[in-house]
Amino acid sequence: MGYSQFLNMMPEAILVLMLLIVFFTDFCLHHSERKVEIVGRMTMTLLIYQTVMLTTTGPAEAFGGMYVASQAAQVMKVILTFGTFIVVVMAQPWLENEARKYAGEFHLLVLSTLLGMYIMMSSGSFLLFFLGLETASVPMACLVAFDKWKKKSAEAAAKYVLVATFSSGVMLYGISFIYAATGTLYFDDIAAVLNHSYLASPLSIMGLVFFFSGLAFKLSLVPFHFWTADTYEGAPTPVTGYLSVCSKGAAAFAALVILAKAFGPMIDYWEYMLYVVIVLSITIANLFAIRQSELKRFMAFSSISQAGYIMLAVIGGSQMGMTSLMYYVLVYIVANMAVFTVISAVEQKCGTTDMSSYDGLYQTNPKLTFLMTLALFSLAGIPPFAGMFSKFFVFMAAAEEGSFWAYFVVFIALVNTVVSLYYYLLIVKAMYIKPSDNPLPTFRTESATRIALVICTAGIALFGICSCVYDWLFVTSAF
Amino acid sequence: MSILTLFVVIPALMLLGLWLAQSLNQVRGVMVAGASCLLALSVWLTIYFVQQRAAGNTDVMLLTASAPWFKPLNIAYSVGVDGISVVMLLLSSIIVFTGTFASWQLKPMTKEYFLWFTLLSTGVYGFFICTDMFTMFMFYEVALIPMYLLIGVWGSGNKEYAAMKLTLMLMGGSALLIIGLLGIYYFSGATTMNVNEIAAMHNIPVDIQKMFFPFIFIGFGVLGALFPFHTWSPDGHASAPTAVSMLHAGVLMKLGGYGCFRVAMYLLPDAANELAWIFLILTTISVVYGAFSACVQTDLKYINAYSSVSHCGLVLFALLMMTKTSCTGAILQMLSHGLMTALFFALIGMIYGRTHTRDIRYLDGLMKIMPFLAVGYVVAGLANLGLPGFSGFIAEMTIFVGSFENPDMFHRVATIIACTSIVVTAVYILRVVGKILYGEVKNKHYLELTDATWDERVAVICLIACVAGLGLFPLWASNVISDAVGPILANII
Repeated sequence: MGYSQFLNMMPEAILVLMLLIVFFTDFCLHHSERKVEIVGRMTMTLLIYQTVMLTTTGPAEAFGGMYVASQAAQVMKVILTFGTFIVVVMAQPWLENEARKYAGEFHLLVLSTLLGMYIMMSSGSFLLFFLGLETASVPMACLVAFDKWKKKSAEAAAKYVLVATFSSGVMLYGISFIYAATGTLYFDDIAAVLNHSYLASPLSIMGLVFFFSGLAFKLSLVPFHFWTADTYEGAPTPVTGYLSVCSKGAAAFAALVILAKAFGPMIDYWEYMLYVVIVLSITIANLFAIRQSELKRFMAFSSISQAGYIMLAVIGGSQMGMTSLMYYVLVYIVANMAVFTVISAVEQKCGTTDMSSYDGLYQTNPKLTFLMTLALFSLAGIPPFAGMFSKFFVFMAAAEEGSFWAYFVVFIALVNTVVSLYYYLLIVKAMYIKPSDNPLPTFRTESATRIALVICTAGIALFGICSCVYDWLFVTSAF
Repeated sequence: MSILTLFVVIPALMLLGLWLAQSLNQVRGVMVAGASCLLALSVWLTIYFVQQRAAGNTDVMLLTASAPWFKPLNIAYSVGVDGISVVMLLLSSIIVFTGTFASWQLKPMTKEYFLWFTLLSTGVYGFFICTDMFTMFMFYEVALIPMYLLIGVWGSGNKEYAAMKLTLMLMGGSALLIIGLLGIYYFSGATTMNVNEIAAMHNIPVDIQKMFFPFIFIGFGVLGALFPFHTWSPDGHASAPTAVSMLHAGVLMKLGGYGCFRVAMYLLPDAANELAWIFLILTTISVVYGAFSACVQTDLKYINAYSSVSHCGLVLFALLMMTKTSCTGAILQMLSHGLMTALFFALIGMIYGRTHTRDIRYLDGLMKIMPFLAVGYVVAGLANLGLPGFSGFIAEMTIFVGSFENPDMFHRVATIIACTSIVVTAVYILRVVGKILYGEVKNKHYLELTDATWDERVAVICLIACVAGLGLFPLWASNVISDAVGPILANII
């Protein structure tokens, strides 16, 4: 084995290096007053560097096809690093206020989950994929439990750990079936074997179903979504944001790659499975979201239904689907993070995440309200904001499949956009229209919050209208 | 870059200007400047268009331009106008201009109000200039969502309910539209989203057309107040602030008719021929039902909203009759109804601003107190019931003559039934005019009220001039329109 192969894994290697740097910095600054600031800025700088560096990284392969980073995977890493960057920025006020002592750990854990996602996305075999998934899940559980002195956070973490372990078990079970059916763990080889052999062997179908169920837990698709609301509610707000955008994006990408690559020959089987899961996710999550009065729980259900929309792009298993998926995730990151940044800012200043306390917010904090409105409109898919473009493109990708059922699923998803608009508008209504005797007081946000909001709003406004973003993703989305 | 892009650029600059504006006067300045530019531009466009046609330019679309936008998906920003879009742009500019004056006194949050108002008009202009399905759809949705805040924040009465109902129903319509657009795009070969190119290819199988036609027609029909999807309209109009009612009834509802004609019927012609009878029945119901409903309402805005349902139903009705005369009449009706109804809503808003009630049971003798507004109201009423000399007469006459050209029983019976609405219109208009304008002033507080201020007069006079102008000199408009209707109908028949 040549160690030079590690050089092909440049993004991962650099990330590990960053991890170590942050760790030692944190270690050395243990008693410093400005620890949060220094470690935070350092992580941000490194993430920016990583984002820029990754855009120029081409496809790579190492260890005999175990590690396969396609061009699309590299671009997806850019998107996730960008998302992580926003999370780190918007988390600063929270760290400053509530978790000064543990600021270093927060950054470390975030970077380790990112490493796990990198590995997930550039794996060429189930073995490495599983490894990446676990690397992403375990630190994530720690992040969820970050406010461990709060009962809710601990409860959320317990639930997350249980579900994560269980779903990993289910997934591993599925992988073992696949190995039994095909005798290999490499995606390409599996597809080749499935192509040759008798397709509908019960063993491979079982493997597919179990594997997909495991992944669906991570994506929190209905009916594997029960952990989502509690975990989202209990976790610290920046972590909830991170959970809802980055880990979801990574899992969706992996789902498309593995379904299209390894299970490509079995498309007739997983397509229908996907239809059912998508329709259920979007519809049920939407219906539950309407009744929520706690914003983070609300966003949890909203994110379940968004995951359903992301999976629409997987239906065709085509390159257009891949482009739409990456685009959707990118747009979803900026829109959702804008909402979470506002939620977090309000939580820091006024200590509430209850929807009714947002009544009349426009009177006291017009700018914040305005940005929140834009983000919600984007999530609901209202032009000229980016959300409408990303929704339209996943619909296009799904309809490209061409069958009656594909159109049917798109139709159900479209009807659900109206339902989702209803509940997003409920928040807008609370902020703009509902009169309130004692609205939240006027407050000044920290500069970190503002930076995050500016980045997100710029994304919401420009990612749609400037077609160059989509074009760039299209060119690079070969997988 | 086509000059048509200015129709989107000017509102965008207005948005920027409003955002930067510090004082009320600056906000008003930006609005008046922008609205005047748009009005001037659309007048220039109309004159240019007429001249070009007179000079023998027979292209289907003029001033066309196209730039790829999302190239891998064949989405382009392509613009172009034919006679229909030209008159619609003119209508929009007039309404935006007069709407600005009609909301001169609006408080509170004037700046935010005009921001959303301008965003709404951006959508409207964009929709009329575009010839690319995706871009059209995008602008269509841009025009819808500001309504929620405009009604919800600045409206009156049961505004939260009305705003939500309106937004959700219209977005439901646009959800149907997306399915239809995707169907058209993929089954026509997935090579272009340009309306004219798809129509020229004419290669969508008939079965597929029949499957997607209802989606598109109903999708746009919701906005065109097609029965039974019209229920958002009375509530929405009644709760909206004056200028928003004007813009919404005057222009936005026309998006529905325009879309039905330009997208549903133009691109899916065979299905339009086969399925027209279903929608013809629905629109006939709209026409008659809207008129009768208006008779029993007591709120001025509800009366006018149901009257709009009836008149907009007439637009779709005439389009589905599919003769050249009736379709020309339909577009004329869009133009005429847009102007009349804007005038109506403007006057109602002005009366309401003084009396603080719109209930006709409590209004009387306004002619003595505010003669200017009252006379305006009479003019609007007469135009609405189709008095010769005003635009309503020209439009309805053309529609019914055109509809009767169809030789078969079904179409003729439908025409006769729809014709009854003219009589019913007279009933509800004259009832209101008689009740609120004439007679004794019973409420002594009304004696202290004042007549229209200068900004209100500007709005009212402009609109009356347009209604009368179209009624007295209809030929140029009907020439411009029928010349554009021809190619579209040629595709259908």
